[in-house]
Amino acid sequence: MHIVVCVKQTPAATQVPVDAATGKLKTEGLPYGLNPWDEYAIEEAIRIKEKLAGSTVTVLSLGPARAEEAIRAAIALGCDEGAHLVDPSFDGTDNMGSSYLLSLGIRKLNAAKPVGLVLCGKQSNDNESGSVAPALGAWLDWPSVAYVRKFASIDEKLAKIERAAEDGTDSLEVDLPAVVSVIKEINEPRLPSLKGKMNSKKAPVAKWGAAELQAEAAKVSAGGRLEIVGQTPPPPRGGGIVVPGATAQEKAAFVANKLKELKFI
Amino acid sequence: MDYGFTEQQQEIVNLARAIAQKKIRPVREHYDQTEEFPWPIVEELRKVGLFGVYLPEEVDGLGGGNLELVLAAEELSKACGGIALCVATSSLCALPILLYGSPELRKKYLPDLATGKKLGAFNITEPGAGSDATATKATAVLQGDHYVVNGIKNFCSTGKDADTYVIFATTNPNRGARGISAFVVEKGTPGFTFGKKEEKMGIRANGTYELVFQNCKIPKENLIYKEGYGLFIAQLTFDYSRPGVAAQAIGIAQGALDETMSYIRQRKQFGQSISSFQAIQHMMADCATQIEAGRALLYATVRAMDASNGPAIRKAMEENKVVADCMNELDTKRWTKESGMVKVFCSDTAMRVATDCVQMCGGIGYMRDFPVEKYMRDAKITQIYEGTNQIQRNEIAMMMIKEAASKSKKDLVAA
Repeated sequence: MHIVVCVKQTPAATQVPVDAATGKLKTEGLPYGLNPWDEYAIEEAIRIKEKLAGSTVTVLSLGPARAEEAIRAAIALGCDEGAHLVDPSFDGTDNMGSSYLLSLGIRKLNAAKPVGLVLCGKQSNDNESGSVAPALGAWLDWPSVAYVRKFASIDEKLAKIERAAEDGTDSLEVDLPAVVSVIKEINEPRLPSLKGKMNSKKAPVAKWGAAELQAEAAKVSAGGRLEIVGQTPPPPRGGGIVVPGATAQEKAAFVANKLKELKFI
Repeated sequence: MDYGFTEQQQEIVNLARAIAQKKIRPVREHYDQTEEFPWPIVEELRKVGLFGVYLPEEVDGLGGGNLELVLAAEELSKACGGIALCVATSSLCALPILLYGSPELRKKYLPDLATGKKLGAFNITEPGAGSDATATKATAVLQGDHYVVNGIKNFCSTGKDADTYVIFATTNPNRGARGISAFVVEKGTPGFTFGKKEEKMGIRANGTYELVFQNCKIPKENLIYKEGYGLFIAQLTFDYSRPGVAAQAIGIAQGALDETMSYIRQRKQFGQSISSFQAIQHMMADCATQIEAGRALLYATVRAMDASNGPAIRKAMEENKVVADCMNELDTKRWTKESGMVKVFCSDTAMRVATDCVQMCGGIGYMRDFPVEKYMRDAKITQIYEGTNQIQRNEIAMMMIKEAASKSKKDLVAA
């Protein structure tokens, strides 16, 4: 099976400051890495590749020149080759544009070697929209399932998967090709091997711009579709409370009072 | 300090550091307390391919040399010297096979050691033969197509948990030192069992066992090189492996100092951090200086060793020969003196630094629920194994006398 994993290079930091003047994230000088959620997609792709003989995994990424590092990091983990969608006109596109460009990349890969499965992380750790994978399915007109926690089985034509839902788990059968976004519970990503690291430096990574993808400028441009009103960092997490008291009764009384104070009871 | 590593060497450092800090550090106390063998960590090291960094690609290694091995050992030891030993003993088993083994023996045993699929161990010590390996009592008698081994070896690191063992036994008791031979023995060979497990001061994650041989039949082909070459094999192996002990020592010293620095900066007495006191500052400065001096000597030495040994190892791989024979052909330098110096300097440094770290931390430094005392316990062995530091000094001095004698002979000829 030909599996495509979509990855994004994102700031490798948990706290990204917001520029008070522009209201935009100050990403300059931050270290970049693979979007953590994508690591689960990569791991799952490699596991499926190891299970289904003759499979290959292509890493696909949209981003500036530095995004190639993320592609090579994925190859170091066990993917075979990469495709990098890079063009000045792609800069600053929104989620619709991103998913459109990724869909063009996948069509191009599909034409060379039919794609059976597209895997994505459930969201990126910078924009956190979680919309790219479902939109990708729509552009491709392939089935798409988000928040997947398990591949119960997979062959060339059909995947049996479990999707996490608020009230439990949905067990689904999906015809392939399909787009699937995965959550952390699906696996534990491996570390790259030394041989993988060394191979990744030599592995082929195709570079495709607007011309190669035959992208329609109007669909790429974010103009008019999206307006960012403002951005603020999430409030810092408050500390916990140590329950005081020498006896169980005292502790219980404290907890009860606290719950009343918070109007939980 | 930037020591000018290649890209591959830097990757080894990064990867070993990631495993050390993310996987080993959180569990080191567990393995120290329970003395269990750290299999989950071994599995991690296997998956990333850290076992064979120093072995040629022909035997499924990464194609690096001693520097690659040393870098991995140092990083792992920063988190736990005991767990790092699991990689180190495999190399101590692989090295005699690499250096003196026939191409067939190399092909049979090195790939599994290089990938970490199998772990290796090395055992020369006996109850009556420690520093004096010539007193080896275990015997190996050739009977048809196999040797029959009898005797007890002890203090074997990774003792029961390895699969492949290099052991030493005498094939001719009348010839003393020249009668000792080296063999590869596989776990599960009838007549090969394990005796007592030692209770140790440090490096407790790695079990130390007695190996018991009772009419154990080993195929003739598992003799390494030739009969009577055991001590040559051991010496050349140690020349190559002692920098690994030095790397373990430097890692332990650095790990102890790192833990100490983070503690003394936040520990307040007399209204200020204890790191603001000059008495502490001088100790930490001395520790850091000694570590860096040891590290610089270590890297410089293994680089020189790799440059010197590399051509013989490559020649042996390409021409299907024994590495030691190629070393003779190419007149490769012996590194006994320099590798001894590195081992002495770095292990003495580790003991001194770890002791000072406990001192800087004060009462808490002595407690088991604080990590620094373990470094002090782990540091001690580096002054003892693979030749005590006293034996190292003997060897360094002996080489110095030899060199001086040959120099004065040359001067005489020149005059």
